[in-house]
Amino acid sequence: MIRAVIVMNTQGKPRLLKFYEFQPPEKQKELMRSVLAVLSGRPDNVSNFVEADAIFGPGTRLVYKHLATLYFIFVFDNSENELAMLDLIQVFVETMDRCFKNVCELDIVFNFNKMHAIVDEIIFGGQVLETSSEQVMKAVEEIARLEKSSNSISFVPKAVSGRFGR
Amino acid sequence: MAATAAITTTSSPSLVDTLFQRSLDDVIRALRSSPSSASEETVISRALDEIRREIRSPDLDTKSVSLQKLTYLSSLHHLDLSWAAFHALELLPSPSLPHARIGYLAASLSFHPSSTELLPLATHQLRKHFAPSPANPPALAASALHLLALASSPDLGRHLASDLLPLLSSQSAASSSLRAKAVATALRTLAVCPDVAPVLFKPLVDCLSSSDPRTVSAAVGAFCELALAAPDPFPYLPLAPEFYRLLVDSRNNWVLIKVLKIFARLAPLEPRLASRILDPICQLLRRSHAKSLVFECIRTILSSLTDHEEAVRLAVDKVKEFLSSDDDPNLRYLGLRALSMLESAHPWVVEESREAVIKSLSDPDTNIRVESLHLIVGMLCESNVVEICNLLNKYAMKSDPEFANEIIGAMLVTCGKNLYELILDFDWYVALLGEMVRNPHCAKGEEIERQLVDIGLRVRDARPELVRVARDLLIDPALLGNPFLFRVLSASAWVSGEYVEFSRNPVELVEALLQPRINLLPSLIRAVYIQSVFKVMSFCFISFIEQIQAVELLSVGGSTQRSEKNDEQSDTVPLKTTESNVSEGDHGDTTADTVLLLDLIDKKTNFTRESISDLMNLIETAVAPLSECEEVEVQERARNVLGLLFTLRETQFWNIEAAHELKSDKELSEIIELLEAAFSEELGPVSANAQKRVSVPEGLNLNANLSDLSKILTDYDLTPSASISFSLQSYNPQETKEDSVLAVEPSSLLAEHRKRHGLYYLSTQRDGDELNDYPRANEPLLPVDHGDATEDLVKLTTPSLVPRKSKPTKPRPVVIRLDEGDGTSTSHLTTVKKSDNLLSEAIRGVLLENESQPSLSGKLDTSSKRRENDASDNSELISQQIESVTLEHGNSSSRKSRQHRTHKERYESHFKNEDIEKSSRHSIKSSRQHRRHKHRQRGDVTADIVPQTPAIQDFLL
Repeated sequence: MIRAVIVMNTQGKPRLLKFYEFQPPEKQKELMRSVLAVLSGRPDNVSNFVEADAIFGPGTRLVYKHLATLYFIFVFDNSENELAMLDLIQVFVETMDRCFKNVCELDIVFNFNKMHAIVDEIIFGGQVLETSSEQVMKAVEEIARLEKSSNSISFVPKAVSGRFGR
Repeated sequence: MAATAAITTTSSPSLVDTLFQRSLDDVIRALRSSPSSASEETVISRALDEIRREIRSPDLDTKSVSLQKLTYLSSLHHLDLSWAAFHALELLPSPSLPHARIGYLAASLSFHPSSTELLPLATHQLRKHFAPSPANPPALAASALHLLALASSPDLGRHLASDLLPLLSSQSAASSSLRAKAVATALRTLAVCPDVAPVLFKPLVDCLSSSDPRTVSAAVGAFCELALAAPDPFPYLPLAPEFYRLLVDSRNNWVLIKVLKIFARLAPLEPRLASRILDPICQLLRRSHAKSLVFECIRTILSSLTDHEEAVRLAVDKVKEFLSSDDDPNLRYLGLRALSMLESAHPWVVEESREAVIKSLSDPDTNIRVESLHLIVGMLCESNVVEICNLLNKYAMKSDPEFANEIIGAMLVTCGKNLYELILDFDWYVALLGEMVRNPHCAKGEEIERQLVDIGLRVRDARPELVRVARDLLIDPALLGNPFLFRVLSASAWVSGEYVEFSRNPVELVEALLQPRINLLPSLIRAVYIQSVFKVMSFCFISFIEQIQAVELLSVGGSTQRSEKNDEQSDTVPLKTTESNVSEGDHGDTTADTVLLLDLIDKKTNFTRESISDLMNLIETAVAPLSECEEVEVQERARNVLGLLFTLRETQFWNIEAAHELKSDKELSEIIELLEAAFSEELGPVSANAQKRVSVPEGLNLNANLSDLSKILTDYDLTPSASISFSLQSYNPQETKEDSVLAVEPSSLLAEHRKRHGLYYLSTQRDGDELNDYPRANEPLLPVDHGDATEDLVKLTTPSLVPRKSKPTKPRPVVIRLDEGDGTSTSHLTTVKKSDNLLSEAIRGVLLENESQPSLSGKLDTSSKRRENDASDNSELISQQIESVTLEHGNSSSRKSRQHRTHKERYESHFKNEDIEKSSRHSIKSSRQHRRHKHRQRGDVTADIVPQTPAIQDFLL
C-alpha cells in the first residue's frame, strides 16, 4: 500500500502531507527532515527511487519527482510496483496541472482543501483507486459544484468572508 | 499609550480580531509574509489564539473556518490537533456539504484510533452518511468512508462493517467510484478489526468479478494487500482461479501488476499453479510495452518461478534490456535489483552481465552504484578475488567518501568472511589492507585493525608481509591526521612489535614508533606503541648478543666449542628467532651450522655496540618524558621501557666481547633469559568458547579466601599443579628445565604483557619433535593428574589446524581455525547474535500473533496457526483440496470437490475462506467448530497467546 504522499518544496517546507498510517505531528516533522536530507543530496538525472527503510520502517521505498521548486514524494511498501508509482506521480501532477491551469507552488499553497480532494480521488486509504486524471478531474469538479451549491463559505470571495464573529 | 501597547502586544485580542474572522487564505498570507521562522511562530500562535476562540462559536460557519485553519496549521506546521477533535465531530452532522467535508478532513488527518475516544461518538453519523439517500451525495459518503478507512478502530469497524455492505454490492454505474472506495475501506477495516471478516470477505470476493473495472481494480489491490501481509498466504489459494481469470483477461496494467504480486506469493505453495501461470506471464513479458508490468513479470519469475529455466531465460533477457537502457537510470537500477534476486539461485546470470554491473560501479547514481557493489561482492570467489578487489580498491580511490567506505566495508566483510576463506594469497591481501588505509576517505579503521591483528595471529606465512605493511603504515605521516585510522596504527604498532623478527630495520621501526607526532594519538594507542618499543628493544638486544655468540663460534670453530655453544644456546637462546630455531634442530652438521650463522650475521641488521647504544639513547630521549605522562597506561609502559633500559645499561653489556664472557656475566644472561621467556610465546587466537569449556578442576575452591595464594605460588615453583593452570600465568615447558626461581618471573611478565594487550588466551605448549611447532591455542595447559580434568582439557585440544584444500600452484597458507565456534574475534559476537536470534524468534512468535491480529483477518491468522499444528496429519488433505480448487476453474470437478469437503468437514473448517466463498450454509456450523477447535488449541498449544487474542476470537462467532 501507499504509506504517504508528500509534496514539499526544495527548502523542505511541506505543501501537502498525507499519511495513510497515523503519524503524530512531531514524528511528521522528523520524517520531513530526513526525507529532505536524503533528497537534497541527490542530483538530477539519477534514479527516482530511494530505499526508505531507515525513515519509514522496514520494507518501505520512496519514489520522488523533482519538478521546479517541488518534490513530489510517494512512500510505499512491497505491494506496489516502483515504476507504477512513478506513473502515479505523473498522473497526480497532470491532474493538478489541469485543475489549476499550469500549476505552480502557489496554487498548491492556497488550495489546501482542493489538493486533498485530488489526492483522495487518486489514493484512498493507501490504495490506488483512480489512475486517469480525467476521471479525477471530473470527480473534483463535481465536489466543487456541490459545495458551491450548498452555500459554501470557502468559495465566497474573501471580502465577504470577513464578517462579524459572535 | 501604555494601554494601547498592552493591547497590541499581549494575547488579548484587538478589536479588529474579535470583529472579523480571518479566512484560511488570510492566515496563509500572513504566514508567507513573515520573513523569519521566529515571526512565523508568532503568526501561528496568534492564529491559534484566534482559532481557540472561534472554534467554540455556535455559528457553524465560524466554526468550520476556524477548524479549516487549524487543520491547515496542524497538517503543514505540525501542530497538535487532538484538542479540537470534538469540534471536528460537531461539524459532521451539518447539512452543509462544505462544513461536513471540513469536519471529515480534520478528523481523518488527525484521528488515531488509539489516541481518541471520541470517534465512537461519530458512529451514528458515519452510518447515516453511508446510507444511500438523495440527501447524501457521493462526496459525503466518500468522506465518511475516508474517515473510517484512516481512523478505524476495532470497535468502530465492528459496528460499521455491515453498513459497508450496501456500498460494496451496489451495482449502479453512478456509484462505481463509491464502490471502489468502499472496497478500500473494507480492506482497512479488515486490517484493524479481523473479526469482521465473516461479514466483509464474501462481498470483497464478489467484487473481483464485478463488471466495473474500478471495483475490480480496488478489489485486486485489496487482496494483494492481504495476501502479501499474511504470514502464510495459504488461505488465499482457493481464490487462485479468480486471479487466473484476471491474469488472462484483464488489460489493465494496474490490475495485472497486483495479480502478479498475488501469484508471486501463491505460486511457491502449489507447483501446479506455478506451471499454470507460467505461460500467461511469459506472454505478458513478451507482449507488454509497459515497463512497470514487464518489471513485475520479471520480479514474479525471478522470485517465485526460478525452477522454470525457460522463463528465467526470458526474464534475464529483459533484465539485460533494462541494464542497457542508458537514458533511464530507473531501469538500470531496477535491472540490477532484479539481478540481485537471482544471485544465489542462478549465479551465472550475474556472471553474464558482469560487464554491465562493473560499469554501473561508476554510475553517477548512488543507488545504482550501491546495488552493483552488492552484486560484485556477491560474485567474489577464490579465483577472482584478487582481480576484483584490486579493481574495487581503485574505484574506492576515485569515489566520494561515502561510497568509498561502502566499497571498503564490503571488501572487508567479504574477504574476512569465514576466516578469510576466499583468500589464497595473504601477502596480497595484507598489502590490499595497507592500500585501503591509504584511501583518504577510509573510515573503516576498526575492521582493518581487527583483520591485521587477526591475520598476524592466524596466518603465520603472512607475517613478513604484514610487518612490511605495518612499517609502511607507521612511517606514513599522512595517517596520523585521520582519526578513523588510529586503530589501524595501533594494529600496525602491535604487529611490528610482536613480529619484529621479520623486520628489516628494527632501528627505523623504533624511530617510527617514537616520532614526536604520536602525541596526536589517543593514550591507549600510544601505550601500544610504547609496548612495541619495548619488544623491539629487547629483540635488538637479544639479536646483538646472539651475534656475539655467532662471531665467537665462527672465530673459534672446532667441535668442542661448538658443543659448548649448543649447550649454551639451548640454555639461553630458545626459539625466539627462526634462525636459532633451525640451528637448534640442526645438531649434526658443523658446516651447515656455520653457514646458517654466517647467514644470520649477513642478513640481520648488524647490531654494533654503537647502534645498540644509539638505539637506547634514542629510546631514552623519547620515552623519558612519557614516564611523567598523565595517562596511566602510557606512563606505566614508558616506565617499563625505561626500567629495562637502565637494567641493561647497568650490566655493561658493551664490555662483552665474546660468548664466554656473556656466560660469565650472570646478571646479563639472566636478563636475557627473562626477556626471551617473556616474549618467546606467540600469541594465538582464542576460541570464543574456550573459557566456557574449562571446567573447574577438582579441589579448586573458587570462593576460597585468597590468603592461600602465597602458598600456592610456592607450590607452583616445584610442582606445577592443576589448580593454577587456568590463571593467566601460563606454563612454559622450557622453564621447568631451568631453575625454578627464574621461572616464576617470566611467566608473570608474560601474564602482565598479555593483560596489557587485553589478549586473554590459553597457553600453548611446544612439542620439540612436532613438525609444525606453531602454537595452538587450545593446547592442554599442563599435564594434569586429575582424570576428569584431563578429559576436559583433551576436549580443548581438538586440533585447531583444519587442513584446507590448497591449489597445487600456490598452497594457501595455514589459517588457524579454532573450533566449531569459528574462532574469529567476531565469532563471539555471531554466536551471541545467533542465540539472540533464537530468542527474538521466540519472542516474535508471540509478538507476531499479537501484531498480525490487527493487520490480518483473524480467520486467516488462526487458520494458518492451526494449520501449522495440524500440518503433519492433514497435509495430504490440503493438497487434495488445492487440487480440487485449482482445477475448479472451467472444470466440472467442483461438485466433486464440494463433496470432498463435506466429508472432511472437520478439516475444512480450517479454511474458512472457502466456507465463505462457496457455501454460506456451512458457515455457522463450521465457525462454531472453529471456535471449539480454537479453544482446544489455546489450551494445549498457544499458552502464550496475547491478551488481545481471546477478545477477537470471541467475536469470531
